[in-house]
Amino acid sequence: MRLERRPQPSLAMAVAAPFAAVLASLALCAGLIAMAGVNPLEAYAEMLRGAFGSRLSITETLARATPLILTGLAATVAFRARLWNIGGEGQFYVGALAAAWLGSEALAGLPPALGILGVMIAGMIAGALLLLVPAFLRVRFGVDEVVTTLLANFIVMLFVGMMVEGPLKDPLAFGWPQSVPVANELMLPKLIERTRLHVGLLIALAVAGLVWLMLARTVFGARARAAGLSAGAAEFAGVPLARTLLGVALISGALAGLAGAIEVAGVKGYVTTDLSPGYGYSGIVVAMLAGLQPLGVAVAAVFVAVVFVGADAMSRALGAPTFIADVIVAVSLLTMLVALLFATYRVRK
Amino acid sequence: MTPVLELDGITKRFGALTANEDVSLSLGQGEILALLGENGAGKTTLMNILFGHYTADAGEVRVFGAPLPPGRPRAAIEAGVGMVHQHFTLAGNLTVLENVVIGAEPLSRLMSATGPARRRLRELSERFGLAVDPDARVGDLSVGERQRVEILKALYREARILILDEPTAVLARPEAERLFQTLRGMTAEGLSLIFISHKLHEVMAASDRVVVLRRGRVAAERRTAETSAPELAELMVGRRVARPVREAQPPGAPVCIASAVTVTEGGRDLLDEADFTVHAGEILGIVGVAGNGQATLGRLLSGLARPARGRITLGTDDLGRMTPSDCVAAGVGRIPEDRHAEGVVGEMTVWENATLERLSSPAFSRRGFVRRAAARAYAADLIRRFDIRGAEPDTRARLLSGGNMQKLILGRNLAQGPRLILANQPTRGLDEGAVAAVHAELLAARGAGAAVLLISEDLDEVLGLADRIQAIVKGRLSRPIPAEQADARRIGLMMAGAWDEAERSAAEATA
Repeated sequence: MRLERRPQPSLAMAVAAPFAAVLASLALCAGLIAMAGVNPLEAYAEMLRGAFGSRLSITETLARATPLILTGLAATVAFRARLWNIGGEGQFYVGALAAAWLGSEALAGLPPALGILGVMIAGMIAGALLLLVPAFLRVRFGVDEVVTTLLANFIVMLFVGMMVEGPLKDPLAFGWPQSVPVANELMLPKLIERTRLHVGLLIALAVAGLVWLMLARTVFGARARAAGLSAGAAEFAGVPLARTLLGVALISGALAGLAGAIEVAGVKGYVTTDLSPGYGYSGIVVAMLAGLQPLGVAVAAVFVAVVFVGADAMSRALGAPTFIADVIVAVSLLTMLVALLFATYRVRK
Repeated sequence: MTPVLELDGITKRFGALTANEDVSLSLGQGEILALLGENGAGKTTLMNILFGHYTADAGEVRVFGAPLPPGRPRAAIEAGVGMVHQHFTLAGNLTVLENVVIGAEPLSRLMSATGPARRRLRELSERFGLAVDPDARVGDLSVGERQRVEILKALYREARILILDEPTAVLARPEAERLFQTLRGMTAEGLSLIFISHKLHEVMAASDRVVVLRRGRVAAERRTAETSAPELAELMVGRRVARPVREAQPPGAPVCIASAVTVTEGGRDLLDEADFTVHAGEILGIVGVAGNGQATLGRLLSGLARPARGRITLGTDDLGRMTPSDCVAAGVGRIPEDRHAEGVVGEMTVWENATLERLSSPAFSRRGFVRRAAARAYAADLIRRFDIRGAEPDTRARLLSGGNMQKLILGRNLAQGPRLILANQPTRGLDEGAVAAVHAELLAARGAGAAVLLISEDLDEVLGLADRIQAIVKGRLSRPIPAEQADARRIGLMMAGAWDEAERSAAEATA
């Protein structure tokens, strides 16, 4: 048995691959759910109900999808240029921290529209700078960015812990380890009152469109893709590799930082060390399920959000542990990689 | 003569494509059979079936009279068939001995029995004249030496029948000639050989019998002694092809002048005090055995390497300081040595590849956005003007054949009317029809007044195209000789670095 490359990757195959991957992941995880003593079909039905069953649950799912769209886009931009940014989680947190820090006082006096913009930009700058360091080490000294970005996540988490216990600790929070809150008037307006759904969703969708435009239609995007697909040919054709990768790093880091800023200014208002249930890491899964297509990222982000929100509901109703959600998402990354293999190659005897 | 190997009615289809149709051939004991055909004629597929990498849709392979079970490379090895692939299957970080032994000894043993293995390897390398140091790291070996390791690997597994896929594709002619001597010696030891090639002169020089494949079928079979290169060319292509001929033309003003240019990488002088001048309307041929600094010279003219000492100018500009984009803007057409790794981005479309070099020019972008319609129209124009077959502007470049990919690269360079053209191994791995097309384009550019620096390992190509010729040996360039004074013998001496002797022999010839 051997693998042969398909001459022309078919569109149908590319679209079918993520769906097949998700189904395979659900099938594999059914075994785990059964081991927890719950009927898998019932569990999945409960998940769907929990994610889509009511108006409130739908808004909750979309609110969860919002940061995932942005971290998914961060991974998409980087991976297209073969910059393996595994540090979305850290960039998310520094973005969140910068948003809370500046949003609590420094920007609070500004007119709300300007102040909100300032909070977003603060988050983007923080995330961009955090990824710039590993990207620079990569282009200058050839340091593997998988290692540096991944490990930076742990440093950032400890830093966040220090900040919310120390300099940025909210004195009015009865001693809880949480940061000073973003000023009320700088909080993102709700899309639907009395839900957690906020205009961040629209921002994220607009950003997805912009990222698509950037990758598919601009000179910079073409250069970034060329650098990712064949660094040798790109360099020969005059693509400035170092500058392109640094630009990609700035954009990717900024997107993950924006996710953090929006999560703070849209939902919670302040930073804690459990602000993100792994949005940065899940962004990688989202990007892969989307086949690194910016517009597909929105769909894939909703899928992951459904699993997260649905798993909570399932857990409440049936008592199966919520970390099944993490397993489903992680397994779907693996099944997606297998699906991509079969979309690119065919098996011959 | 009893056949040691027979292929009987082999048919293999890949989807709609028929790679082999009803191919039958046989190999006699101690014979060298050449399998000749253009790229895509089905040679490699046929050999992969024989070796068990592919399973044939119909037909049978018999080795020493016994049918070979399909789809099992191990069965082929056990039956005594060895294959030397075009792209070597060696581990660069292991030694020669380890590469040869790996896979040939049982996995269950903890330690390799290096003593006996080393003795056997040495014995084989002496018996067949394949000198190579068993303890050298394969990554440090030259291409020719690596090939010897590949052959030794097959012999170590007691191959009685050896298949060599395009064995000379990576070798310069002296190395190739040495290889063919070795192969001849191997048949004297009772081995039987098939070598796959699309080069006529080596088929004529080295084989006993020729089977010509065309479009997956056996087009003809000839005894080598009873045929000729032109006849084989016609059988292979299905029509007459002739390489275009260079016509005399007085050169113009100097375009590119290098004086004592040294390029240092990793502490070594890869180009050592090189002097050359290319004039407008002239082709300067740089000929040499692979790995003597051609790659560095190419990188220098592509804007990818900087001189450590010396100076290289393009007109009045300093070419040594140019980046690749500067080169493009200054009118340097660049044909890279490796079209797959440097020439095109395989997963991008033809139009993207056609315009990537000049994407930021106003012709193809405005305010940072790509002018897609203009870029597509430009690509369509290139496809028409340079006869790039099987391509639409939106085809992925990876799907083009080698020749058409090269025409795309040529086209995007020549369409701009460049002042200087760097052609680095422009026809490597191309079939005869594509070679003729590339040569015609280079000659046309010369006719239009471009200065062409042709770097090639193919002696016939340099003799056919160049007005003046310099040899490159260990990063150093010989003095140029006019093409009229060049013959295979003199250039052979130059390529070996015996420059004084080459001049003496030329002097004797004129005396």
